[in-house]
Amino acid sequence: MATVYEPRRVGLADALRTARRVADQHYGIWSWIATVDHKRIGIMYGVTAFLFFLAGGVEALLLRTQLIVPNAGVLNADQYNRILTMHGTTMVFLVVMPLSAAFFNLMIPLMIGARDVAFPRLNAFSYWVFLGGGIFMNISFFTKDIFSGQLGAPDCGWFCYSTLSSKAFSPGHGVDFWALGLQILGVASLASGFNFIVTILNMRAPGMTLFRMPLFVWMTLVTSFLLIFAMPVIAVALFELLFDRLFDANFFNPDKGGNPLLWQHMFWLFGHPEVYILILPAMGIVSEILPTFSRKPLFGYPFVVFSGIAIGFMSWGVWVHHMYTTGLGTVANSAFGISTILIGVPTGVKIFNWLATMWGGSLNLKAPMMFAVGFVAMFTIGGLSGVTHSVVPSDYQQQDTYYVVAHFHYVLFGGSIFALFGGVYYWFPKFTGKLLNDTVGQVHFWLMLIGFNLTFFPMHISGLLGMPRRIYTYSGENGWDLWNLMSTIGAFTIATSILIFIINVVFSLRRGEKSSEDPWDGRTLEWTIPSPPPHYNFEKIPTVHSRDAFWHEKYTEDAEGRPVPVVAGAANGHEEEGHEDHGGHGIHMPSPSYFPLLAALGFPIMATGFIYDFALVAVGAAVLFVGIYGWALEPPAEEEEGQA
Amino acid sequence: MTQAAATSHLETSTGLDNRKLLMWLFLGSECLFFGSLIAAYLLYRDRGTGPPCPSDCAFDGVQYEGLFDIPFTSVSAFVLLMSSVSMVLALAAIQRGNVRGMQIWLFTTATLGLLFISGQAFEFTEFNHEGLSLSTNLFGTTFFVLTGFHGAHVTIGVLILLSLFTVSLQGRIQQKDSLNVELAGLYWHFVDIVWIVIFTLIYLIQP
Repeated sequence: MATVYEPRRVGLADALRTARRVADQHYGIWSWIATVDHKRIGIMYGVTAFLFFLAGGVEALLLRTQLIVPNAGVLNADQYNRILTMHGTTMVFLVVMPLSAAFFNLMIPLMIGARDVAFPRLNAFSYWVFLGGGIFMNISFFTKDIFSGQLGAPDCGWFCYSTLSSKAFSPGHGVDFWALGLQILGVASLASGFNFIVTILNMRAPGMTLFRMPLFVWMTLVTSFLLIFAMPVIAVALFELLFDRLFDANFFNPDKGGNPLLWQHMFWLFGHPEVYILILPAMGIVSEILPTFSRKPLFGYPFVVFSGIAIGFMSWGVWVHHMYTTGLGTVANSAFGISTILIGVPTGVKIFNWLATMWGGSLNLKAPMMFAVGFVAMFTIGGLSGVTHSVVPSDYQQQDTYYVVAHFHYVLFGGSIFALFGGVYYWFPKFTGKLLNDTVGQVHFWLMLIGFNLTFFPMHISGLLGMPRRIYTYSGENGWDLWNLMSTIGAFTIATSILIFIINVVFSLRRGEKSSEDPWDGRTLEWTIPSPPPHYNFEKIPTVHSRDAFWHEKYTEDAEGRPVPVVAGAANGHEEEGHEDHGGHGIHMPSPSYFPLLAALGFPIMATGFIYDFALVAVGAAVLFVGIYGWALEPPAEEEEGQA
Repeated sequence: MTQAAATSHLETSTGLDNRKLLMWLFLGSECLFFGSLIAAYLLYRDRGTGPPCPSDCAFDGVQYEGLFDIPFTSVSAFVLLMSSVSMVLALAAIQRGNVRGMQIWLFTTATLGLLFISGQAFEFTEFNHEGLSLSTNLFGTTFFVLTGFHGAHVTIGVLILLSLFTVSLQGRIQQKDSLNVELAGLYWHFVDIVWIVIFTLIYLIQP
């Protein structure tokens, strides 16, 4: 087999080996910092994103408190703009995307029957880059005198339209932090996009053909392709913005003929695939939960898969519906109006497939299922208001009103966040060995559902009554008071439900009911292994014979097509392959490594340098350089003597 | 023993090596990166602030007539194209187990790349002397950023090639490691192809 590289310098090699041994023990802080285990990285992604969710949530509460009555004095206009920008940016880039990434990390190798992702160290690198980018972005708050109420955060909205983002209108460093922070987060997204495409295409267990893959794996694949093609577009837009701000270039400078609309085109050419980057993983999660809790296979599996792929392709051809009012002309508006109406079709197909999956099933309304059903209902409302935006004349009325805010919160909160919480309730026992308390989960669900609708449904009305987005206060004469009051009460209701969730997690981790391998009578491979899974996942790589592989091991069908448990030992289409019980010995797992963290550290240092002192850019580049070289030169897995 | 690590000798579901697949995906992603930069250049090209004009034109204090030294840049483009040839030869050498040959051709490729970079540095300085900078006008902005990002890619390529060369001097690249050279080659050829597009669009097809 492979030869081991001879250690070049004994001192360094010894030090490395010791460091690895420390990290190889599966406890202690260092074992987490150097980990390349996809499950641990997934947990770190999830916990970090949840902390950012709390930050973004507090920002939302501040905004809602300011809007509770007309002319409230909680925040001034400047503070409101900055907190608004950070709320949007945080929720999109630091919450929904990394929460999805957490599920990619946790679930993909388990679902395809692999021991880890294709590039475990690249995976760790993604996480550390994301963490660095998130912290970097939030540090901007403190770059002014925060104690006298001066916030340094960006103030240009999460879309940061030119020329709002130019130095003339956004002096200070806020926008620089925003652009550089997103640039860093883009690196993390790209790396994880590459990693998961390769993992899904290349690391499948024997027999796991593409059309036997669980739906979540499919949606991850489509999302990853969207990521690797959409992130470079925003990267270029951000570079152009940074060149304008830092080096006086003219990309978006109208004085020199630059066209601010170029920013909008590039932002939305990225931004619309991004919308589907946020929702497709959620759709994948729901497509796992609904069949399990309906005890029926997913209705029309190929249709759901192809709808997901179709959405992926079409998401590149709808971006102008964000720009109807910019005056691109009737032809452009009509064309994009039609494509936007069309993209509703595959989305609708999915909704009907989910409904048909539940139809006639024996529904088990546990908390994960409640969140999944909640997703379908809320997402449908958001989808329908989305269709009203696709109609150009109607959109002219809705542009920049709270109606739009209502729409995208219905798809991103009512959609993505509900599904992600469903995923947490569904897979929590797999990774902790403890079930989340279901009664508390039901309370969480209902409170969140009520709070959510109380917050965002009135926004449809205030929007149609003409209330513009992004205003920090309003006059009492417009008839918006009641709707805003309702929204604010709703926001605090949501916050309460999140508190209940946190209590549930803490309580269940300590004293929760122990979970078996397969608490939900699941269908996919992750339920075949212990909870929590050993670090090598599968003692023996499974062989897959059908879609819903695990289900078919457990059940066969009677004449009426009802599931009948298989008699032990007589598995349907599954030969009992002699289990080698070696307790994981002899399984080579990738060694832990500190280099991904080191390399990732280079990015925030460089970014800080671009804002404050160019010398730091060189330092950051050097750190990145050393990290990458150490990474490239260290062998990925320490092979045991005699095995090599 | 199945190994989950990123090792090259694994059997994969598609039969493609993990790292090679990754490289192709990366290059696909890069197409969108350069595509966006080129789109910005093309969008601004016909806005009357860019070179070159049919005759005697100067904007913003820059004389565009004869600003481009086409023969010079053609030579420099030729150098970069030739570096792709030497890259192919380096890969062919190591695939036959000829380490020495690979070292020579890797070094040649890196040298040609450096030559190209030097040419670009010279051109940038010349333009600066003529008064054209990043902030002069839209042409300056889009030209320097587009070609600059390409130059940065070539520079990274040179670093990769020199790293491979150094590592190979320690005897750590043998026939079975030829994939390392192949991956560097894929990147290098891609950067080369991008230059063909940029060269054509900026220098050869002038408005």
